[in-house]
Amino acid sequence: MIEIINQGIGSSFQDLGRVGYKHLGVGRSGAADRPSHGLANRLVGNPESMATIESCGGLCVRLHRHATVVVTGARGTIDVRHGPPMAVNGSAHLPAGAEVTLRSPDEGLRYYLAVRGGFDVPPVLGSCSLDTLAGIGPRLSSGDRFGIGPDPNTPLSADLGIRPPLSTLIHMSEGPRRDWFTDEAWSLLTTQGFVVSASSNRVGARLTGPLLERRHNRELPSEGLVEGAIEVPPDGQPIVMLADCPVTGGYPVIAVVDRDHLPWVAQARPGTTLRFRHSGR
Amino acid sequence: MRLLPYGPRAVLAEYDSLAEVMAVSDGLRAAALPGVIDVVPAARTVLVHHNGVDRAVLEALLQPTDQAPRPVGPLVEIPVVYDGADLAEVASATGMSADEVVDMHSSTTFSAAFLGFTPGWAYLVGLPPPLHLPRRSTPRTSVPAGSVAIANEFSGVYPTTSPGGWHLLGHTIVPMFDPSRAKPALVVAGDRVRFVPA
Repeated sequence: MIEIINQGIGSSFQDLGRVGYKHLGVGRSGAADRPSHGLANRLVGNPESMATIESCGGLCVRLHRHATVVVTGARGTIDVRHGPPMAVNGSAHLPAGAEVTLRSPDEGLRYYLAVRGGFDVPPVLGSCSLDTLAGIGPRLSSGDRFGIGPDPNTPLSADLGIRPPLSTLIHMSEGPRRDWFTDEAWSLLTTQGFVVSASSNRVGARLTGPLLERRHNRELPSEGLVEGAIEVPPDGQPIVMLADCPVTGGYPVIAVVDRDHLPWVAQARPGTTLRFRHSGR
Repeated sequence: MRLLPYGPRAVLAEYDSLAEVMAVSDGLRAAALPGVIDVVPAARTVLVHHNGVDRAVLEALLQPTDQAPRPVGPLVEIPVVYDGADLAEVASATGMSADEVVDMHSSTTFSAAFLGFTPGWAYLVGLPPPLHLPRRSTPRTSVPAGSVAIANEFSGVYPTTSPGGWHLLGHTIVPMFDPSRAKPALVVAGDRVRFVPA
C-alpha cells in the first residue's frame, strides 16, 4: 500500500495513454514526457506500460510496505524520511514507513515516480492516465491509498539512465496550415525566442513571443490535431499541443514539433525561452 | 483532395465536402491498413495517425471515390427540454418564431458524421439550411453539460461543461459519454439521431 500524504502540484497517474479511441472523441493522454516515464518503469523492472505518478513537485507519499521506488524526469531534491537517501534516476529499496517528498524541480518540470510492481489503479478505456481536458481516468488526491502490484519477478534494470540533457532548441517541420501565415510569421517562428507562459498545462505549452500573423482571417473548420502541433489562435501566440490535447482543434497549425523533441517542450518550465528550427523532414 | 504535411507520423487530407470525408474515412476504417493507429474525420478533413505506413496504398485510399450511401445506423432518441439561452436569438436571426425553430429541429432526423472536440461530442448533420448560423461571435466561457446546440451545418450536445460558441436551443439529461458503459459514447458515427421534446 502507498498513501498520498500530499498530492503536490499537477500530480496524476500516467501511462502510455489511450490508443484507438479517437473515433469516440477521446484523445491519447499519457505521460507528457514519455521517455522519462518509460525509464522510471525500466529502472524498477516494470513494463513501460505500467502507470507512474507524474508530478510537478510537492508530492509526498508514504509506503505502508517495503518497496523499490525510483524518480525520473525533472532534476531536483528528493527528501526521504525513515529510509535511505534517494536521488533522481537511482532506484532505492525503501522500508515500510518511508516517506518520499519531491521538492520543486531545479531543472525540468515533471517528475515520474514508479514503484516496482506498479500501482493498483483501475484503467478507464484501457489506460490509467488522467486526461485533464476530458476528465477521464483515475484521480489522485491527498489521503488516497493505492495497492502496489505483485513483484514482476524481473531483474532490476541496469539502465544507466543516460539521456541527453534538456534542450531548448526544438526541431519541427511545416504544419498543414503553414500557408495561412505570412512568410514573416514563419521567419519569426524559426529565428526568435518564445517564452513558455505560466498558463501552460498538460493540454499545451502556451508561448509568448512575436505575433505570428495570418495572411487572412478565414475561420478554420475544426480538424484533427496531433501531439506536437503548434496551433496559433487569433492572438498570434503559439501553443504547442501536449499529451492531453483534444482530438480536433479549430485554429490553424503552422508547424509540428519532432516527436523526439516533444519531451523537452513538456519539461520546459514557465519562463523558459524555446527556439524552433526547421528539421527539414 | 489536397494532402497537407503534418509531421512524419500523420497525414491530413482536405476535401471539398463532408460527404467525401465520410466516404474516405469509412473506407479507411474498413481497409484496416497496417500501421494506421487512428483515423480522425472532421468537417472537411481526414487526419490519419500512423507509425509507418505504405504511403502509396494510403494515398490511394485517401482519394475520394463515388461510394454507396452509408448504411443506415441505429436510431438514438434524445429527450430535450427546449429552454436554451439562445432560442429567442436564433428565432430572430432566422426570421422564425421560437416554436417554429423547435419544430424544425425536433422533426429532423440527424446523422452522426464524426466525433471530436471532447469525448462523446458527435457532429450531427441534416440540420435544415434555414437554421444554419455561424458560431457566436463571442464564445461562452462555460456551456453546461447536456446543452443541445447548433452551429453552421451541425447540431450537437455538449457532453461535459466546457467553453463553447454554439447556439443553445435546449438541454437533455441523458449523459452523452460515460466510460463505465459498455458503449461509452451514446452516439457514434453513422447513428441516426432525433431530438424528442420532453
